[in-house]
Amino acid sequence: MTGPLIPLGYIPEAWNNVFAVLLGMGFGFTLESSGFSSSRKIMGTFYGYDFVVLKVFFTAAITAVVGLLYLDQIGWADFSAMYVLPTYMAAAITGGVIMGMGFAMGGYCPGTSFCAVAIGKIDALLFSAGLLVGIFIFSEAFPLMEKIYESGNLGALRVNEALGISAGLFTFLLILIALGMFWVATIVQGKVKKVEY
Amino acid sequence: MEKSEEKPGWRKGNFYVNPYLGGLMLGLVLLATFYITGRGLGASGAVKNTVVTTVHTLAPAHAESSHYYSKFLSTNTQPMNNWLVFEVLGVLAGAFLSGLIYNRLNFRIEHSPKITSRRRLIFAFAGGMLFGFGSQLARGCTSGAALSGMAVLSAAGFITMMAIFGTAYVFAYILRKNWI
Repeated sequence: MTGPLIPLGYIPEAWNNVFAVLLGMGFGFTLESSGFSSSRKIMGTFYGYDFVVLKVFFTAAITAVVGLLYLDQIGWADFSAMYVLPTYMAAAITGGVIMGMGFAMGGYCPGTSFCAVAIGKIDALLFSAGLLVGIFIFSEAFPLMEKIYESGNLGALRVNEALGISAGLFTFLLILIALGMFWVATIVQGKVKKVEY
Repeated sequence: MEKSEEKPGWRKGNFYVNPYLGGLMLGLVLLATFYITGRGLGASGAVKNTVVTTVHTLAPAHAESSHYYSKFLSTNTQPMNNWLVFEVLGVLAGAFLSGLIYNRLNFRIEHSPKITSRRRLIFAFAGGMLFGFGSQLARGCTSGAALSGMAVLSAAGFITMMAIFGTAYVFAYILRKNWI
């Protein structure tokens, strides 16, 4: 069976929402058990006292990309059939900058705030309410944002294509960069004063 | 009795799995999501879907004439658009289960002892607003754009990830009195 299973018709479309709940449960369980339901633990990455976000995030991204390239290599999955988020350069950067500000203020991202709500964090409930309001404001202010939202469409661009190297070489370099960051993070964490939370 | 002095035990509420093991597990969930559905995981999209559906119910003409809401209305009958809502229900259930197992379920406002609960809640709400706004501009948040984008080597995934973390480092320094 070649993946992706549902788009290629190996599993009926009707199962899609069942898998949504099951995969979401796996997502929520791994985030919470890694400590992503605590804003103070998450913020440790930015002050050097706990690099859990850096370690979990990059390990997860590398696991997924290596897994997908491997499954593609042995013919079990079609890497080119997977959805690639299109690149709109200005919107990706501006949106990312605004999200980064929100991250430092709120201490959560949307997914981690839902995990924190699930275990009873009131601050995360306020963050989630803020998400609703922020998305509503964006939607209503869209005429003002439309130009930047639609500008510089580079399509489903892959980062290795943009750099002119193969997917395998890029992934290998990504692993080296991640290992370097983990090494530095471990040294920094050993030197920074511990914060209790 | 200083609670923070206690050694981590898996029923004491302060036990977390090893970050590399947690990352591996999260990566496998993401891999399974792509293998089964051909798409990645997300979070902000479920909130967007809630906003679009609510506005469309309360003010259908307004939603249909809007350049933004209307992008998502035409596909509202397709399962893919609701997919993230079901996924987020799963996220809530999965996180609750983990909190139950590791004994972390309780109502509280988590903040640095140096700031008040009120200040924490105001910043949490404002941070959520900015994150929500930015996620629509970038067409996804840390989950849907950065993590899932990186898994398929999307250039936008890497750009958004660097913009989020780079800016967060700058603003974390400015706002350090809120956290440390």
